[in-house]
Amino acid sequence: MRWGVLQFPGSCDERDALHACERAGGEARLVWHEERGLDDVDAVVVPGGFSYGDYLRAGAIARFSPAMEAVADFAAAGGPVLGICNGFQVLCEAGLLPGALLVNEGMRFVCRQVELLADGPISHVSRGKSAHRRLSIPAKHGEGRYWAPDEVLDGLEANGQVAFRYAPGQNPNGSAREIAGVRNAAGNVLGLMPHPEHAVDEMTGSTDGLRVFESVAGVPA
Amino acid sequence: MTPAGADAGVDGGPSLTPPPSTRAEQPAAYEVLGLKETEYRLIVEKLGREPNGVELAMFSLLWSEHCAYKHSRKLLRRLPTEGERVVMGPGENAGAVDIGGGCAVAFKVESHNHPSAVEPFEGAATGVGGILRDVFALGARPIAILDSLRFGELDSLRSRHLLDGAVRGIGHYGNSIGVPTVGGEICFEAPYEHNCLVNAMCVGLAKREQMVRAAAAGVGNALVLMGASTGRDGIGGASVLASAELGEGDAAKRPTVQIGDPFEESKLLECCLELLGEGLLVSLQDLGAAGLTSSASEMASAGGVGVDIDVARVPLREADMEPFEIMVSESQERMLAVVEPAKIAEVVAVCEKWQTGAAEIGAVAGHGLVRVLHGAEVVGEMPVEALVDGCPLYDLDPAAPEGWIYDNRATLDPDASAAETLLALLAAPSVASKRWAFEQYDSIVGSRTARRPESADAAVLAIPEAGTAIAVSIDGNGRRVACDPYAGTVEAVLECAQNLACAGAEPLGLTNCLNFGNPEKPAPAWQLDRSVQGLADACEALGVPVVGGNVSLYNEGPEGPIYPTPVVGMVGELPEAGAAAPSAFAAEGDAICLLGPFEPTLEGSELAKQRGELGPGLPQPEVAAVAAACAAVRDAVRTGALASAHDVSDGGLACALAECAIGAGLGCRVDLQHLRERGCTPEEALFGEGSGGFVLSGERRRLEALANDGVAVLYLGQVGGEEIEIAAGDRSLSLPLADAETAWRSLGERI
Repeated sequence: MRWGVLQFPGSCDERDALHACERAGGEARLVWHEERGLDDVDAVVVPGGFSYGDYLRAGAIARFSPAMEAVADFAAAGGPVLGICNGFQVLCEAGLLPGALLVNEGMRFVCRQVELLADGPISHVSRGKSAHRRLSIPAKHGEGRYWAPDEVLDGLEANGQVAFRYAPGQNPNGSAREIAGVRNAAGNVLGLMPHPEHAVDEMTGSTDGLRVFESVAGVPA
Repeated sequence: MTPAGADAGVDGGPSLTPPPSTRAEQPAAYEVLGLKETEYRLIVEKLGREPNGVELAMFSLLWSEHCAYKHSRKLLRRLPTEGERVVMGPGENAGAVDIGGGCAVAFKVESHNHPSAVEPFEGAATGVGGILRDVFALGARPIAILDSLRFGELDSLRSRHLLDGAVRGIGHYGNSIGVPTVGGEICFEAPYEHNCLVNAMCVGLAKREQMVRAAAAGVGNALVLMGASTGRDGIGGASVLASAELGEGDAAKRPTVQIGDPFEESKLLECCLELLGEGLLVSLQDLGAAGLTSSASEMASAGGVGVDIDVARVPLREADMEPFEIMVSESQERMLAVVEPAKIAEVVAVCEKWQTGAAEIGAVAGHGLVRVLHGAEVVGEMPVEALVDGCPLYDLDPAAPEGWIYDNRATLDPDASAAETLLALLAAPSVASKRWAFEQYDSIVGSRTARRPESADAAVLAIPEAGTAIAVSIDGNGRRVACDPYAGTVEAVLECAQNLACAGAEPLGLTNCLNFGNPEKPAPAWQLDRSVQGLADACEALGVPVVGGNVSLYNEGPEGPIYPTPVVGMVGELPEAGAAAPSAFAAEGDAICLLGPFEPTLEGSELAKQRGELGPGLPQPEVAAVAAACAAVRDAVRTGALASAHDVSDGGLACALAECAIGAGLGCRVDLQHLRERGCTPEEALFGEGSGGFVLSGERRRLEALANDGVAVLYLGQVGGEEIEIAAGDRSLSLPLADAETAWRSLGERI
């Protein structure tokens, strides 16, 4: 398994993601934002951080980078893509995932360990494991309130595209229908606000995040 | 800011004609810029002529208190700075200690008090940005931020405004740049009402072979200015703002506060580390207070050389900036590098990759001067020695004040029961949980944070690169220092050492930020003098070198000086991050013991504050005995003998026990009878404060085995139940754990 982890100016969690990919099994390399070649990777991670400073709107600039054009092609060809936090925002901005991430309901950045429920029997995460699996993973963001029009949310739920929800009482940002992460219709692009790359080592709190990486690795290319 | 009362002169700087002394109706230009007349005369003597506007602007900044340490430098000579593990000491951008494996940890704490008092969001944000640059200027990657904040009482709207702005500013910068904020402290005391304190500490990790010093070297080498372009922000920040008391009209000083851009700094950080990793730089220095003036002059001074700087080659935000403005601008996110001519093209290429600026603005010269050029024209020419080391150093004129010089305000009902008193102490803003603040900070980026805020007494960071881990603590209780500047400062050092001991760490080095009032007044001068002596003696006794620091004076508002506040940051090493003890109790049935030479009194305590009974005087801490207790706890943590470890601090033993219980969701049942045998009253045993106490939990046999000739261990009771039950004679108390937790977690809703 060869992972490519995008690196924009202003990325923060790219090294953590690289490390997590390696822990999940496989090799990983950084993909500079000006690169267009993803031929050598089997899966792509769009990591967390503040790409290009995120002064305009989170992810709004990064979506125009050459590397994101390559990611769009990669995803269209069925390649697995995982967007974490800012990466999720970038994927939404790029139209690779439905919905948008708004400023947290509390209007403040929040860094907190949260409980997630991996949603639905067809979730890649829960494949081969019991459905509604609970994961303990940290969240840290200022713009993480998932939002989409009701009809879109209805469609996501009907199609099983809601990948993660915050467990009851755990929603840190006011996300619609407790949604923490979604997948595209084809199922190969996954985005979530909490940070699985920061839950791969007991020393730092939890290893539940490894399952997210393992599930992405398991998506047929 | 063009200083009021100074006309634009021929060189673009403040005009000196007519001669300053003859302008009776207006203050002289040098006065407006913060220089004394005697200092101005000295400048004239050293130059052999009157300085022109550019030169005067540069002198006024480098001879400011903020840059020259003119009222503190003599005192700081008392501090021990040497140690086997010291890699870099005071005088560099930051201090650094060796942690083995070819690695070093660099760290420093710095104040950004006055900018934060004027504009808290940007003041605090740029405080973080500045301390990060100090650390990566050494070639170290920043891996942690800690903050020590002081505000007026929480019931003041102004304090809540400053708190909110400072916390958001710290989060804005640290979160965006991807450096975790792993710890810190926030205290609320009326004397900080007008003059809040924002001290930021950064810890970085470096490969020793990649570290650089901030000394210019190699005549003919180029000076390359990297990062953001230069604007008019922050002009006069070091002198007009940082080296004077706050007072009326501070809003007009807002233009002296800089605006932070963490994205720019993120690129600059990565760029600098890549340049150093590839060996492309001779030396590197950040641009902080006094901007290009101080970085260029100090690099020249450290290298024993001179520099030529052509201001026409400095990339500007505003085309019409005057030479003096360019030289003193405190625009953020800039670094100055010395580069060999053959490597300039490579340096520029790396800067382009990171989309950050790079301009060759001058050269290292052999003439021993700081020469400022504007194209072909020389607009300023000063000996490096005069600029950097020429400022007179002053002796203080200290005098102990008569009695207590601060207000007392009783807020606690005199008839409060012991349980009500405990609730009031737990809810005290300085004692209560700071979750509201630390949840606004990314504390985990970097994947090193083994102990998040409030889970242990010190922040614990894994350093797999060196096969080790570090613990970091920052502390300082201004109220106690006000009671006794010497003992209070010793306590601050001991508190840090105790925090590190709870994590199983051995201290390696210390940094400090000395926040005091106006040193030209006798009482603040006395506080500073006694405090530095306490710092020196405590560090000497513990064998912990002071590797760097910062002094912030003139912290006064219209009501008088702040509490004298030495903030101490300490870094220690532990073999394994996972071994650090949590501060919360772990399991029902575990024994609870008190270890150490803890002899609590109410002097200077949170309870004395709430009763309006503060006054001068503290017991003198027994440093050697506390050090022995620290060693015992450290060893016990490392061998896994403890289930939890928490030092006794604000609010005394009752608050420490409650914090251990709340964190675990487990009650406790203890008896303080044995403590009372040390001569404490029930009240002192419950709520008294002082150094040297550790609350430990675990297996009773293993805890009691920690006692030795120099270390006392008292069995107090057991973990369990849903109450905090403390037997203390006629002040015995029983409090539902849920009530204690509600009080302790009440801060967020009160902001």
